[in-house]
Amino acid sequence: MSVRTIKVDSLARVEGEGALAVTIKDGAVTDVTLDIFEPPRFFEALLRGRRFDEAPDITSRICGICPVAYQMSAAHAMEDACGVTVDGQLRALRRLIYCGEWIESHTLHVYMLHAPDFLGYASGIEMAKDHPAIVERGLQLKKVGNDIIALLGGRSVHPINARLGGFFKAPTKAALAPLAERLRWARDAALETVHWAATLPIPDFERDYEFVALSHPDEYPFNEGRLMSNRGLDIAPREYDDHFVETQVPHSNALHSTIRGRGAYLVGPLARYSLNFDRLSPVAQDAARRAGLGLVCRNPFQSIVVRSVEILHACDEALRIIERYEPPELPAVDVSPRAGVGYAITEAPRGILYHRYRIDEQGTILDAKIVPPTSQNQKIIEEDLRGVVEANLRMSKERLTWRCEQAVRNYDPCISCATHFLTLRINET
Amino acid sequence: MAAPKPKLAVWKFASCDGCQLTLLNCEDELLDVAARLVIADFREASRAVVKGPYDLSLVEGSITTAKDAERIREIRTASKLLVTIGACATAGGIQALRNVKDVNEFISLVYASPAYIDTLATSTAIADHVRVDFELRGCPIDRAQLIEVIGAVLQGRRPRTPSHSVCVECKRAGTVCVMVAHGTPCLGPVTHAGCGALCPTYSRGCYGCFGPMETPNTKSLSRGWSRLGASEADLARVFRTFNADAEAFRREADAHER
Repeated sequence: MSVRTIKVDSLARVEGEGALAVTIKDGAVTDVTLDIFEPPRFFEALLRGRRFDEAPDITSRICGICPVAYQMSAAHAMEDACGVTVDGQLRALRRLIYCGEWIESHTLHVYMLHAPDFLGYASGIEMAKDHPAIVERGLQLKKVGNDIIALLGGRSVHPINARLGGFFKAPTKAALAPLAERLRWARDAALETVHWAATLPIPDFERDYEFVALSHPDEYPFNEGRLMSNRGLDIAPREYDDHFVETQVPHSNALHSTIRGRGAYLVGPLARYSLNFDRLSPVAQDAARRAGLGLVCRNPFQSIVVRSVEILHACDEALRIIERYEPPELPAVDVSPRAGVGYAITEAPRGILYHRYRIDEQGTILDAKIVPPTSQNQKIIEEDLRGVVEANLRMSKERLTWRCEQAVRNYDPCISCATHFLTLRINET
Repeated sequence: MAAPKPKLAVWKFASCDGCQLTLLNCEDELLDVAARLVIADFREASRAVVKGPYDLSLVEGSITTAKDAERIREIRTASKLLVTIGACATAGGIQALRNVKDVNEFISLVYASPAYIDTLATSTAIADHVRVDFELRGCPIDRAQLIEVIGAVLQGRRPRTPSHSVCVECKRAGTVCVMVAHGTPCLGPVTHAGCGALCPTYSRGCYGCFGPMETPNTKSLSRGWSRLGASEADLARVFRTFNADAEAFRREADAHER
């Protein structure tokens, strides 16, 4: 029996703490585990007994990289429980702040966390020594995303202006004008990002995934839509629990999620893109075609190109919203509590984020369920790793280890979210 | 020969990553700062690791496992200066809400097989475990304050971060008092400055995410809230959020629990 052990103790350039182990016996992968040792923080439990209008601020603290996603899913779920719909300019402003988060989160990942893998650098900061203009473009693009969040939300991490029913204060038309100017630069920078990402050496690797994403008849999905898949899933957010199961595994502090009767599924940019290509803005569709992406993308290493296309779409959409903006009469619609259960799914940068709350007639939270995108992708990541290792058994230990890390980073995993993750350990015998 | 560059490490405990992200969010300053330091260990940003000791360790997150209680002692030993960044590291964070509940009930509510989960009954601040040289407040920390702390360390001086209340920030900015003018309950009078009085600027009452200021008069503020209609349960709740385990807020919350 051949014995080789490849071991890395802490996977970097991911959000949170985890490890990964691959066991290879006589040239065959026998076991892959993604260990999530990020300590649990018990959000679902500590929400019990809190007031319904506290959910957006409390749950935003699950993740410093995608706090807007938590605020949006929480607000929509509570509004669902209370029978309130937020539309018009308030709905548009919610899409605008979500555009900011996609731009900020995706650009951080594309330039600072993922691209260094393709070009052989330990970090974006190291990459900047040889490619200063590229990294500088990335940082300035990321900044535009953060500035959208900061203008609408007060600050980019854990913004303070979003609430049930809308916002505490709506911006004036004049306040948004300078942002439009910056977004026109950002749209060009995003287009250059798509072209640059397409030139990166992308490993050949494809799998036949079940893609799960929101789908809306007229828009690329942010806050609303039906939950769809390429294998026939077509449900309302409130039917989520009938179709998805969360199970606990010994090696992880994050629950694993599967589709009943079918197993692992993929959420995030690849799924959104492959299910909603025709609802991307024309400039984003055109850039995707020119970057060599098909209408469906099954290579997870190409996620860096798909994320870049989504950055471009978000810049374009943000501009469109600002151009059509008229301040709403009131910054929020009234949301009065009533006993019931509320459900919402929104598209966080890493994929669908499900919230469900049961509240009483005073608005006290009786129970809460939160399913973040990274916990839904855990099983797919493990399957990808198996595939990547099997396809590259002759690669040197050092290169294979790095390739495995890169395969995990394809998902921009947010371990802080998933535990409510990463060290790499490959054991070869 | 030039003096060797100081070595920076960024460490994570139980947290949301938002405070370390604040360093990556210094888009205009990041490459300059990186050029003046050796980034020795910053897992969120780099797979390269340089061994200690470290001149400056930034610590995010709270202590919630026995293993982490051990890890922070090792980090302290390896660090010349240790600065906590954010409410989790400084006051236990939102996860410190478990400190007033039964943690086993918490585990069983979230996980089907609680036996797999390794956790302590409490979430505690870094200073409860090791000596801390400086605490940077906020949930999240403020970007400008982080740059000030790193700059001060590079220059060998004490960071200049005001310890007065959010009220002073409102007065300086000329923001109308939301509590006096609109009857909106606000924690600004007892909350540590640093955010630039964001919430009142957005017509919202401060919710205390920077934790207590020095010597806050929480009792007097609670009376003000009561006059605006806050119940005892409301008062216990509002002091128990992101800095629930900071002493002044913990005492005030306990005083209003039935």
